[in-house]
Amino acid sequence: MRFGIVVFPGSNCDEDAFHAAKEVFRQDAEYLWHKDTDLRGADVVILPGGFAHGDYLRTGAMARFSPVMGPVRAFAERGGPVLGICNGFQILLEAGMLPGAMLRNRSLKYRCEHVHLRVEQTETPFTMAARAGEVLRIPIGHGEGNYYAPPDLLASLEKNRQVVLRYTDPAGRLDDAWNPNGSLNAIAAICNETRNVVGMMPHPERACELLVGGVDGRRIFESIVGAMQTVATGARS
Amino acid sequence: MKARVFVTLKPSVFDPQGQTIADALHSLGYGTVADVRQGKYFELDLATTETAHAKQLAAEVADKVLANPVIESFRVEVD
Repeated sequence: MRFGIVVFPGSNCDEDAFHAAKEVFRQDAEYLWHKDTDLRGADVVILPGGFAHGDYLRTGAMARFSPVMGPVRAFAERGGPVLGICNGFQILLEAGMLPGAMLRNRSLKYRCEHVHLRVEQTETPFTMAARAGEVLRIPIGHGEGNYYAPPDLLASLEKNRQVVLRYTDPAGRLDDAWNPNGSLNAIAAICNETRNVVGMMPHPERACELLVGGVDGRRIFESIVGAMQTVATGARS
Repeated sequence: MKARVFVTLKPSVFDPQGQTIADALHSLGYGTVADVRQGKYFELDLATTETAHAKQLAAEVADKVLANPVIESFRVEVD
């Protein structure tokens, strides 16, 4: 399978995502420049972390106007799997491909540390290899990861099981002291209604090798590789 | 014509920056500053002489780009 990793001016986790896909998971991977107008045969698209277009105006606000976002949106509408990591999540929110918005962290501080995440939903192509309730230890690095949705939207996200990961303590218990940014309902990741587009603030690509302090991010990559193999097997049979 | 666009967080959305500024002012003795909300200010230079058109245009770009309607509201002034 082929990963398409979008590079915006200001992306800085694109090489980490590429490394995880290519070197750790031995998959085909290709960079997609933000001015590209096709996805070069990508089976899965990753919008990586960073500061796309300098995060001018609001985080992710300018990136939605990049030419590549047209094909990314069309790919998602056809059911193609799209993962937004950190700034990529912020871009998906600004592009209207995921609901809600990000606010400054309630501490007003940039937080760069490992967090604990409880897997809430395994019915997405990026979490299907995980167990519901499993706790993953993955790093974050952001100043604006304080997820906000108005009350009616928040209720519908919960009702439709669109909250994919939540910040918890190491035992998987909800505790405000372990919520690093003030996100409503401790939300760390959500998916769209059709479940093929996922946005997450933590960085799974930074947690795929023991050398860098943990391998829990592999769950996300194992999931998508497994999901695409299932699709390929289904197509052949 | 010039248009001025003021973007602020909606009243229902917590503004940690405004709160921090208010706390700082209180610590300086400005207790009568009851609350602070921080926002953004844009000046648009519009190639039109019609007030109605200028207002409509400024509101359109504010809604589409300058403000995020999920968390922010905006106000337009034209002269």
